[in-house]
Amino acid sequence: MPKLKLPAPPIPLPKPLPKRPGAPRQTPVETATEAGISAVDWVDERTSLSGAARWMMFRKVPRGTNWFYTLGSSTMFAFLSQAVTGVFLAMYYRPDAAGGAYESIRYINNEVFLGEFVHGMHKWGSSVMVILIFLHMARTFFFGAYKYPRELNWGIGVALLILTMAMSFTGYLLPFDQRSYWATIVGVNINGTGPLVGPYLSDFLRAGPEFGATTLSRFYAIHMLLIPGIMAALIGAHLYLVAKLGTTAPPWLKPSDPVKKEEKA
Amino acid sequence: MPDRHQTKSKYTTDRRIPGAFEGETVSRRRFMTASAHTAGGVAAMAFVLPSLAFAMGPIFEEQDQPWQDVGSTDEFDTETYVPKTITIASGVGEAGKSTVYMRKYDPQVDVEPKDQYNDFIALSTRCMHLGCPIRFVPAAGRFICPCHGGVYNFRGEVDGGPPVRPLDRFYTRVTSGGRVEVGRRFSVNSEIERFSPRDPGAPLDGIGQYLYPSRPSIRKLPNT
Repeated sequence: MPKLKLPAPPIPLPKPLPKRPGAPRQTPVETATEAGISAVDWVDERTSLSGAARWMMFRKVPRGTNWFYTLGSSTMFAFLSQAVTGVFLAMYYRPDAAGGAYESIRYINNEVFLGEFVHGMHKWGSSVMVILIFLHMARTFFFGAYKYPRELNWGIGVALLILTMAMSFTGYLLPFDQRSYWATIVGVNINGTGPLVGPYLSDFLRAGPEFGATTLSRFYAIHMLLIPGIMAALIGAHLYLVAKLGTTAPPWLKPSDPVKKEEKA
Repeated sequence: MPDRHQTKSKYTTDRRIPGAFEGETVSRRRFMTASAHTAGGVAAMAFVLPSLAFAMGPIFEEQDQPWQDVGSTDEFDTETYVPKTITIASGVGEAGKSTVYMRKYDPQVDVEPKDQYNDFIALSTRCMHLGCPIRFVPAAGRFICPCHGGVYNFRGEVDGGPPVRPLDRFYTRVTSGGRVEVGRRFSVNSEIERFSPRDPGAPLDGIGQYLYPSRPSIRKLPNT
């Protein structure tokens, strides 16, 4: 069996010779292709990013890799969708507990072009992300992909799961209707039932002993700045470890046997 | 081949500081590295610590609840509860308002000793399970929570369901003009003893009062 080896970096092509006089002129497509290639070359010559891209994209994957292996990417795309729609929702949203928050959500849903659609993507997308992250976790668990040497990646994944939950919790308050308000009251009080630290934790979340003027903006800042930043960094680390360690074969695949048979045939 | 830098100094050999002169405990390179790291650490702490304190400040800052007029003394009797609206958080409009249930102190019903702060009983509508708004049902003479089915009797003690302690109360006082004022919140245990306010879900009987300590942000009146 040949030793596993990443594909060698392509040898840089020699500079094309200048065209002979009288050669046919380039078509616009050829010109555009050449321009694109030289632009990429220009960046690559200064950053050497192509090596990293090749390392990330052209990996060996085990035999038996199947659709279950797409759940992680699906979760990441759900996160990206949340990030993009969230950025644009922030253009219209006002974290004002005295009525401005509810009014701005009403404005987004009823007045803004495609507002209800973008808000809906963000709202339903959060549930989609939670479902996907659990399916991804189940895949990892049932395929035994959390075992050595991938324990650290499992740990990062658990942190991402908790942060996703925190996103759901802090985002739920932002529409600031009756449901948001009372769900957050209940949620903060559940936090408060932790012995010893609970009371201080709930004071921290509310910015005081009562749900007050800065509670909403505090939730908003946590929801749109603090947690997404941490999540983006952790997703980067998660992906790095996936590329570094490779993916596991599905557990029903016997080691070596089928490979040898195929090689003989 | 012997190391020509080897000296007899106990510092350079034992602590393996390459290039240090005899008697030096730290090389110049190491000193510079440590200084640069320290400077970086100080610079980072200079913005991290104030920011953290800024975010955590409300935990340590006491928020006072001013006395609020809720009506004249003849609006309340011992038979039933009258709902009154007070402001528990300023600056947020309707979201900062809360209902209190008011009645007159009744020696036949109330078990706690009479003092200057309970001529009138003011019960908070905050359910002591997880904080939903409870409602007084006159036909049953009980308070009922819509969320998870908590039930309290006429004195605000738990009759059933998940709540862990009787309803919170507010201090009340009567002004010289015959007006009733509602002051700050306090929590009670099952003997209706006053405690600094706790969040819903925090029991106050037995070990509960220590597992869920009072917070600097909200206190009962001293010596009450």
